[in-house]
Amino acid sequence: MIRNPHLKPGFLAAMLHRLSGIALAIFLPMHFIALGTALGGADSFQSFLGATHNAFVRVAEWGLVTALGLHMALGLRVLAMEFFAVRERSAIVVSACVACSLTVGLLFLLNGMV
Amino acid sequence: MNPVLYLAQRGTALILAVAVTIHLITIIYAIRGGLTAGEILARTHGNRWFLSFYLIFVLAAAIHAPIGLRSILREWAKWRTRSLDMAMLAFSALLLVLGVRAALAVYLA
Repeated sequence: MIRNPHLKPGFLAAMLHRLSGIALAIFLPMHFIALGTALGGADSFQSFLGATHNAFVRVAEWGLVTALGLHMALGLRVLAMEFFAVRERSAIVVSACVACSLTVGLLFLLNGMV
Repeated sequence: MNPVLYLAQRGTALILAVAVTIHLITIIYAIRGGLTAGEILARTHGNRWFLSFYLIFVLAAAIHAPIGLRSILREWAKWRTRSLDMAMLAFSALLLVLGVRAALAVYLA
């Protein structure tokens, strides 16, 4: 049976790792600039946080927390493959990485609503 | 990949794995019921452990991210000239400056 190489777990893992890394690289400077508003005092920081209290920002935050969890989990997979020669059950490992990151994202989203 | 860049990226990946885990646990715990500037600054103001942790976090990210981005741009955008290294050095410096500023902002505020 010929399988599409683009649907293999290793390829999907590499693609998700790269795309989540690009998202984080774009987000990181903005995150630092946001935290830097604290230099103007607690009021300035609070007015920035107040402006982010809307559904769009909430969904974006959820996506970024999920991307952070996903990038870390898939990065640990790469380290395990390179340093411990772990190459078995890649479909299960990649699925577990995605499941862990979605769990982290959901915990973040639901905790903010409590 | 250049062996120095390879080792730098894998080394910082190990540091970031620990730092990101602590960061995720902290934000998930801290965000319960919403988050105010006062709550954030109460934890961070004058906290030297916090400052040290996030300065290490920022330094590791400022090394890790540009190396990863460099590999992606070399492969996907076929950008393989010296200007790519210069651009990634500039990106690293940007992350370092903004990151240190952010850590100091919430420490000093």
